[in-house]
Amino acid sequence: MGLPSLEFAPGPALGGADGVLPQFCVQCGSCSAVCPLLEFMDHSPRVLNAMLMGGRYDDVLRSRAIWVCTSCYACTVECPKQLPVTESIYALKRASMRAGVYPRRFVPPVMARQFVRFVDRRGRSSEAWVSLSLYLRTRPLQLVRYAPVALRLMRRGRLPLRPESVREPAQLRGFLDGLDVMTGEDG
Amino acid sequence: MSYVYYPGCSAKGTGRSYEESLRAVFGALGTGLDELEDWNCCGASGYPAVDAGRAAALSARNLVLAEGLRPGPGPVEVLAPCAGCYRALLKTGRALADGGAVAARVGGALGAAGLVYEGRARARHPLDVLVNDIGLDRVAEAAVRPLGGLRVACYYGCLLVRPDAAFDDRRAPTSMERLLAAAGADPVDWPLRTRCCGGSCYCGGPLVGGLPDAALRLSYRLVKDAERRGADAIATVCPLCQFNLEVFQGRMARRFGEPVSLTVGFFTQLLGTAFGLGERALGVQRMLRWRLPEPAAAQGGAHVHA
Repeated sequence: MGLPSLEFAPGPALGGADGVLPQFCVQCGSCSAVCPLLEFMDHSPRVLNAMLMGGRYDDVLRSRAIWVCTSCYACTVECPKQLPVTESIYALKRASMRAGVYPRRFVPPVMARQFVRFVDRRGRSSEAWVSLSLYLRTRPLQLVRYAPVALRLMRRGRLPLRPESVREPAQLRGFLDGLDVMTGEDG
Repeated sequence: MSYVYYPGCSAKGTGRSYEESLRAVFGALGTGLDELEDWNCCGASGYPAVDAGRAAALSARNLVLAEGLRPGPGPVEVLAPCAGCYRALLKTGRALADGGAVAARVGGALGAAGLVYEGRARARHPLDVLVNDIGLDRVAEAAVRPLGGLRVACYYGCLLVRPDAAFDDRRAPTSMERLLAAAGADPVDWPLRTRCCGGSCYCGGPLVGGLPDAALRLSYRLVKDAERRGADAIATVCPLCQFNLEVFQGRMARRFGEPVSLTVGFFTQLLGTAFGLGERALGVQRMLRWRLPEPAAAQGGAHVHA
């Protein structure tokens, strides 16, 4: 028997997610032990798995922990059951985004959206513009604190203001949109 | 042998000296780099948090373009210096090859756009290429101004070796230590070398980071531990790690009440220094701090501008 996909799991919020339920998690806590972000999470990775197995999908999708994950894959390497822990957390992020239940006023999900929006528009990211738009949106007053660092980088040619772009951004968008039309999915 | 070069967004911004030093080092070894024209963002770790299919399609387009640049039946090596780009391209190439759901979905969209992934293009990291294709013998030969026992902490970070390492051990990698030792460095023993720097937070530009407090604490621990172990410098393989460990040292010092000052460069900059390449050719003037102890600094070839 293979691992069931999240899309077969109960809970309306999870429709269409493509991760793997930690059905066979043995709660050893190896993931939490190696997680470098553990101290910044509201639930440890082991507890997230316990919550999922206990059917508390909604609480998991609303948690900050899934957005604190930097996807460094330390947990995936150490899991004795070889569960794709990091990929599951990616799937939970997507499900949380799709269901619109990600924690409000928390920066990482806003950052992911801003990043995607920028890449969709130009085909390439711009560190300067994505950063600026994120700060304007989430904590404009902090811009003052970062201005000296930004200026030092600019003087060294490390923060170009002219954004890069692919030749035909519209064509790239069309290609990406074609992906969605074909399958009728947005995940 | 020449490689298709995929720069990625940071190589045109905060990580510009990575591109400069990479080109200089490969040039010195007589290995060509053809930049992929019209490349697009790899999706980094931000796009898969929103839409996995579109993220894979972004990387797939780059692989297809690389194959277009190298027609014929042979393999196409796509050199991706950023560990994030490297992982995204590697992961997508494998997903397309395994014929699963991602392959079907992305393959269909590629087809609709008149593109085909033949399965020839695969991502390679310059560290892998230098150690395993070019070889340590040739590197040692090119190191005309060896690093003179420079104590270097080799930092791998996350995505170069995890979730799997295509060319090294995912828990205890040694490629970078062997490479820089061949150039005359004396690498320090550093168990934290694969621990997350906190800077990968969605690649919106490491300047922001989704969680600056978390990122600062993680990167502080790394820099401080490298200092304690006697490192003269940290060598990095990723523009986000380099940025995170270098740029916020002033903030680390204020926040944690301890002086923090350590040179954090790209491994290609240290290698280029050993090759006797000029500081400008290696983008050293772009770094916020660059202090290598004698004799390494004296041998840096500051007056040998390329």
